[in-house]
Amino acid sequence: MKPGTKLKSAVCDTEVMVILGADVAIECGGAPMALERPATGGEPDPSFAAGSLMGKRYVDEAGTVELLCVKPGKGSLSIGGVALRTKDAKALPSSD
Amino acid sequence: MNISLLLQMAADTWPDRIGLVCDGRRWSYGALLRAARGAAQNLSINGCAHVALLDESSEAAAIALFGAALAGVPYVPLNYRLADTDLAALLERIAPACVVGDVDRVVRLGAEGGHTALSRADFVIAAEAAADTASGDEIEGEGIAAQIFTSGTTAAPKAALLRHSNLLSYILGTVEFCSAGEDEAALVCVPPYHIAGIAALLSSIYALRRIVLLPSFDPDDWLALVSSERVTNAFVVPTMLARIIGRIDAGVDADLSSLKAIAYGGGRMPLELVERALELFPDTQFTNAYGLTETSSTIALLGPEDHRLAHASGDPAVRARLGSVGQPLPTVELQIRDEEGRPLPAGERGEIYVRGEQVSGEYRGRSALDAEGWFPTRDAGWLDEDGYLFLAGRADDVIVRGGENISPGEIEDVLMSHPAIADAVAVGIPSAEWGEAVGVAVVVKPGQAAPGDDELRTLVRDRLRSSRVPEKIAVLDALPYNEMGKLLRREVRARFQQ
Repeated sequence: MKPGTKLKSAVCDTEVMVILGADVAIECGGAPMALERPATGGEPDPSFAAGSLMGKRYVDEAGTVELLCVKPGKGSLSIGGVALRTKDAKALPSSD
Repeated sequence: MNISLLLQMAADTWPDRIGLVCDGRRWSYGALLRAARGAAQNLSINGCAHVALLDESSEAAAIALFGAALAGVPYVPLNYRLADTDLAALLERIAPACVVGDVDRVVRLGAEGGHTALSRADFVIAAEAAADTASGDEIEGEGIAAQIFTSGTTAAPKAALLRHSNLLSYILGTVEFCSAGEDEAALVCVPPYHIAGIAALLSSIYALRRIVLLPSFDPDDWLALVSSERVTNAFVVPTMLARIIGRIDAGVDADLSSLKAIAYGGGRMPLELVERALELFPDTQFTNAYGLTETSSTIALLGPEDHRLAHASGDPAVRARLGSVGQPLPTVELQIRDEEGRPLPAGERGEIYVRGEQVSGEYRGRSALDAEGWFPTRDAGWLDEDGYLFLAGRADDVIVRGGENISPGEIEDVLMSHPAIADAVAVGIPSAEWGEAVGVAVVVKPGQAAPGDDELRTLVRDRLRSSRVPEKIAVLDALPYNEMGKLLRREVRARFQQ
């Protein structure tokens, strides 16, 4: 996955942009994400329905994948069934 | 990756919120995005290779920046203060371009090379008109978001390239999305052709902090806008801050109660001035930012807490930090290296090298990055034991006298300690005996008598050593600065060579 690639959820409105890529399948709401949203949707798996938050960055434990949520939705993000966590950066004062 | 994502996200989240105010017109994020999409369509049809802005700040700068991004062509903000011959040379380097702003000047310069010139108003009207039929698709192009000609304080302007990935890394690494409250407003008065002008647009839009543009800086206008727009954040260069404080001291009445934070950078901030500002605005948060065009703006900053701690401290090492540019961003690596490129320990002066996703270090046709991705900034500096970065001029400004490297900053600091001296600069001047010798130019404070040459020489000899003693001393009415507060040393050098 090239940085800049946008992936869409199959089961909700979530859309992410890849910041740091790895050759793994990203899931949202328990279902694999893809470049285009499939015509027939479905509902997020209840175990992955905590939702995705606009503008948050999501990372895996190993730090090999980083995603930016560019459209929020009801499904939550995971890789191989393991939930991704938000990356909480140190708040910096505005310098511009 | 495309920086238009930042505006897209703001418009998706809060389309009706006001994102930009200029000359009384208020633009929502939704309206800005629509105009940017319309501009992108017009630019694609035009087929230009660059989108240039030859104008002061206005909504057209934001629309051109994001419109160019969507159209996959670099945005090139030009310095409208350049002399005709210099500007004509730059226009030639970006042909064929769509030039927004001063149409008469483009025509007068005879820049025929396929340029399309549009006034600010015509560009904006055409963009809005095309919005309904625009696809909104991103075109990837070369991946270059902005091409900025460096100010060329030492040589001819270089075309620094900032990729979408550089600018996005900077914003995503330093700004939390939608972190600004609806009451927050940032007053932007830096010119659009400066990296700080571009960074201000991108970070405020991503934070959803309303941008209030002041197209041409004037301290009274600045104070009036802070009051009328209830401005919470502002970025200034040191000379602007000095002029603002000058007006307040002169009794200009302005309600600055909304002003929560002032960031400054772009040139050397005199210690006296920052201390005066801290006293004048006791509840305002001050941030000193250090960055370069080639690094997508800020790479190190001294935050509000550091300012107050340093200002209140009795420990000389902590107090000295008020004169530093703080610590590197967590997303940037920074090293001080010697002339052979070897890393130096804390306390030793050398050249500042940086590495990180936001660091481009790329110019049209070549990259200045080394094999490991480090960018030599050509700025000189040193780190203290706690990692605070102190700037010590440009690496090229070093005076080499008889094989000995002399930093102009140390001589300038000593001269500035004289009670009658308002400003000072030290440069290398040709010397038959030493290759280079020290020449200094000083500005005397109003109402004070100019100190004698011998007095100044004794001061330098006593505090430093004999090799630092100036051979030539000139007293000037003012030192030459550019509009961003950068001291133009080459002009001082040229003066000594006459």
